[in-house]
Amino acid sequence: MKPRATLATLTAASLLSLAQPVTAAPPPEDWEAVLQAAQGQTVYWNAWAGDNRTNRYIDWVAEQMQAEFEVEVTHVKLDDTSSAVARVLAEKQAGNDDDGSIDLVWINGENFAAMREQNLLFGPFTESLPNFALTDPDNNPEVVTDFTLPTDGYESPWGKAQITFYYDSAQTDTPPQSIDALLGWVKKNPGQFSYPRIPDFTGSTFLKQALIELTDQNDALYQPVVDSEFEDITTPLWRYLDALHPHLWRSGRSFPDSGPHLRNLMSDGELSLAFSFYPTDAAVAVREHELPDSVRSYVLESGTLGNVHFVAIPYNSPHKAGAMTLANFLLSPRAQATKQSLDMWGDRSVLAINQLKESDQALFEQGDSHPSALPADALANTLAEPHPSWMTALQEAWLQRYGVN
Amino acid sequence: MVLLPAFGYLPVLGGDTFHLEAWQALWGRAGLHRSVLLSYFSGLITTLVALFIVVLFLAASQGTWIDRAIRRMVSPLLAIPHAAVAFGLAFLIAPSGLLVRWVSPGLTGWERPPDLLIVNDPLGLALMAGLILKEVPFLLLMSLAALPQLRPEQRVTLARSLGYAPGIAWLKCVFPALYPLIRLPVYAVIAYATSVVDMALILGPTLPPTLSVSILTWFNDPDLSRRFMASAGAVLQLGVTLAALLTWWLGEQGIKRLSQLWLASGSRTSGSTAIALGGRALLATVTLMAMSALAGLALFSVAGFWRFPDALPSTFTLDHWQRILPSVATPLMNTLSIGLVATLIAAVLVVATLEHAARHHLPARRAQWLLYLPLIVPQVAFLFGLVVAAESVAIRPQHALVVAVHLLFVVPYLYLSLSEAYRRLDPRWVQVALSLGVPPWRAFWQVRLPLLLAPLLTACAVSLAVSIGQYLPTLLLGGGRVPTITTEAVAMASGGNRRLVAVLALLQALLPFIGFSLALLIPRLVWAKRRQMRGAA
Amino acid sequence: MTHNLQTLHIKQMSITLAGETLLAMHRDIAPGEVLTVMGPSGSGKSTLLAYLAGFLSPAFQAQGELYLGDKRLDTLPAERRGIGLLFQDPMLFPHLSVAGNLRFGLPHRAKNKRQQVSQALEQVGLAGFETRDPATLSGGQQARVALMRLLLSQPRAVLLDEPFSKLDTALRQEMRTLVFGQLREAGLPTLLVTHDEADANAAGGPIIALG
Repeated sequence: MKPRATLATLTAASLLSLAQPVTAAPPPEDWEAVLQAAQGQTVYWNAWAGDNRTNRYIDWVAEQMQAEFEVEVTHVKLDDTSSAVARVLAEKQAGNDDDGSIDLVWINGENFAAMREQNLLFGPFTESLPNFALTDPDNNPEVVTDFTLPTDGYESPWGKAQITFYYDSAQTDTPPQSIDALLGWVKKNPGQFSYPRIPDFTGSTFLKQALIELTDQNDALYQPVVDSEFEDITTPLWRYLDALHPHLWRSGRSFPDSGPHLRNLMSDGELSLAFSFYPTDAAVAVREHELPDSVRSYVLESGTLGNVHFVAIPYNSPHKAGAMTLANFLLSPRAQATKQSLDMWGDRSVLAINQLKESDQALFEQGDSHPSALPADALANTLAEPHPSWMTALQEAWLQRYGVN
Repeated sequence: MVLLPAFGYLPVLGGDTFHLEAWQALWGRAGLHRSVLLSYFSGLITTLVALFIVVLFLAASQGTWIDRAIRRMVSPLLAIPHAAVAFGLAFLIAPSGLLVRWVSPGLTGWERPPDLLIVNDPLGLALMAGLILKEVPFLLLMSLAALPQLRPEQRVTLARSLGYAPGIAWLKCVFPALYPLIRLPVYAVIAYATSVVDMALILGPTLPPTLSVSILTWFNDPDLSRRFMASAGAVLQLGVTLAALLTWWLGEQGIKRLSQLWLASGSRTSGSTAIALGGRALLATVTLMAMSALAGLALFSVAGFWRFPDALPSTFTLDHWQRILPSVATPLMNTLSIGLVATLIAAVLVVATLEHAARHHLPARRAQWLLYLPLIVPQVAFLFGLVVAAESVAIRPQHALVVAVHLLFVVPYLYLSLSEAYRRLDPRWVQVALSLGVPPWRAFWQVRLPLLLAPLLTACAVSLAVSIGQYLPTLLLGGGRVPTITTEAVAMASGGNRRLVAVLALLQALLPFIGFSLALLIPRLVWAKRRQMRGAA
Repeated sequence: MTHNLQTLHIKQMSITLAGETLLAMHRDIAPGEVLTVMGPSGSGKSTLLAYLAGFLSPAFQAQGELYLGDKRLDTLPAERRGIGLLFQDPMLFPHLSVAGNLRFGLPHRAKNKRQQVSQALEQVGLAGFETRDPATLSGGQQARVALMRLLLSQPRAVLLDEPFSKLDTALRQEMRTLVFGQLREAGLPTLLVTHDEADANAAGGPIIALG
């Protein structure tokens, strides 16, 4: 069998082309040079592709980029953003420091923290993007802060998410308005609520939401975790979950995989209360036949966790100019308004809309809002994300407690 | 590549000394022992059950029209990718799935889906069911390929003349000779079932998941120091797979001893009715389950809103297809071109090896193990190593690299499905040709290849299906830049829109299905006027 | 059949397996002569045929030399020895028509291929069978096509491996007459392996017993 293996290797090797030498990117400050260098580049944009709405928006972006900047954008579809982190790491491990396979990555939170810590990102570049000023960073700290960490110009804001609950008004008419009330609600409606299994992003956010409402030591959540205090601060959370789990879907012996899985279970009538990171999620799902039109959205009384998601450029991207051009386009009023439209995606804008030119502001005016969508003013009360170390620590502790049923 | 990080060596992450912390972290994981036991037992049990079903059916099968019909229905199942089967099965058996909908509320009185843990159950029963649906057709096809050389009719006729009931006669006289011929495929099934990722993600237990799924999660963890633990886990996975293989081998030895008693006991009819009924019923059930799973996918792909417990969607729509189709042209072309190129290269390599062995009378038994290594070593383990290796020699992700890594999996399966037919071909055909003065290359092109056309095409269809089903290798070696219908389907699955997933799963099943249909049709057309060739197909 | 008639010389042949001698032979077969080798199964008959035809597995060691006239054969590959084979099965290629089978054996540069084929078929009473599927022929018809395929390939010597054992009794006698008649007419040295005495008697040549 040995000769065959060798032959296979040879055959394969003869078909494989080797890497081409790479030319250096212009400095971000020289924007004209960046645009110049971007022409003709192909930008490989790695982005989670579990949602057809995101994919369709990225397709639209790719068309615009080709027409306006002669930059070709290829959506590399991920099922988990961390696999892109793994990819860049593997490239660094192999000494590929200038011809990586990823040019732009959709990222935030712990993935950003990990890439920064391992020096896997290019930057600072955000301040040099002409459209970045439209986010009014001086008055909107959320666009330069990612889970309490300063972005330092290593990632560019793209959109805003906030935990939004939704329920089937045909099944229940009194949805719970706080984490405390949720416990009472599930006792009355056993098996009709759940949250995604940790370490899922949406599920972990539910833990943080609950912790913020249950603990009286909120300040500590915005600092790195101190091991000696962790037990003390989180005790109310575990006590709460111990009480909650027996009344959850499948009696808490199994959890849904992800936020979208929650939506499926709603669609099948297994759950009658769920939540999502996208405020428009339920409305779009109703339009796409996934949920009954009796579904309504709302936000907890004391507010819910929200965060901003970003795009970042790996340190070894060979098309940094193209990637920066793309990041800048994503911040343009036209791209942001299109993204916010329910027909496209329904993801909220990061721009300071009231400071835009009037003609640009008009782009953001929507028609009649969908009955399943949130009322326009509901998102006023946004809770800030704790330090990323809390996410990791909570996930670890949850898995130790509930990871084996 | 995997071993080093397992012992703490991964310089990029600052790990440049050898130590056992990764292993300590691994042992400290809650539920590790459950994950290990799950992988071990689900691998062994599914293989045992699948083999049981196949053997029972073959024993019961008398070549009647009903047996042929069942057989014919089973072979296309081999074409359906694992992920598609898993999606279909989940749609079928979930508490809100098709089966419950069809009997509710009429028989059950359920107006809401019952709160039952069926899919993702802690014992892995749903996962095992899914694996069995895929393994039965594989083992059946491998057995059918190996059987003719044993001349089973003669053996059974002889035993029946001594008073044995047909099923018992088959078990006592044919199976002991058949098993050694299908042993390697059985081992491949054990290895696959103990380390499967895509099916376990969809159907398997979650708290904790199987070992292979845990490893993938750790490899993908943004906390990069988890890499060390993941590597240790990959080594452990290899150990679990080997332990399962060893257990099976010990079982083989034990059964060989015990069965001597039964074989020689002289018992001629006891249990023969059970075999006759059970064999057919079990295989028919497997086939029906898989077909219903596919039907469920088809139904979901055109469903509008579908409230529980309606047996059918309240509206039908082609929206989902229209939404998906424009975006899958490139992935479909990639899937097809990669699959065809890999199959072509693999076919050339395998046929060249087999022809070489045939000409030089080589037994070619021992070295086979090397070939099956990629099937036995868990994918999650060595693929990350391959990515680093390709990077370090500056080979960038591209189609050719994906083809190369597909070959690792395509070649063994092609070899597995072709080698018996190749060796079984009467050597006198080529001897006659040579003695007529024809040079060896003509004897090969004009005698051996035409005679082997049907098995060769079937083997190519198998390898095309294998290539199409590859998820991790395509994703990792293609750097995500080479989208195939399978990577699209799995990426979409993470978003959980059942209707879109159904469309993609059906598309994913379509290509291999076409491949198998062609493999059956072409010999029939080419040999339309040659009776014996049609009989052989 | 215009080539010169030559004698097949088996010189000091001995075949061993793992150091043990299986069979030994030193013998000439004259043109038109049929040498019959008889013996029970396991006596090495098939090993002898494999050696002569050039298909001996490398597990065996063979000493001695094989000549046709003064041309040494044992160093040549099977396809260049000019030794034709008839098995107990007719071994007609199932993917070719009757004519396809006959043409398969014709030397590459043969002229009037079509005519040679139809003449050969006529000779054995199968005129007009060119386009037939071999699978639709009776056992006797297949055996006759196989014989003509062998003869059209213009062999210099012929090996017969129990060629009549699968035919029914009535047909068997008829085929013996046909085969031996044709081979003798062609003047080919022939080695027949069989365990049926009637074959040996019909062959009418010397007989060796193995084993």
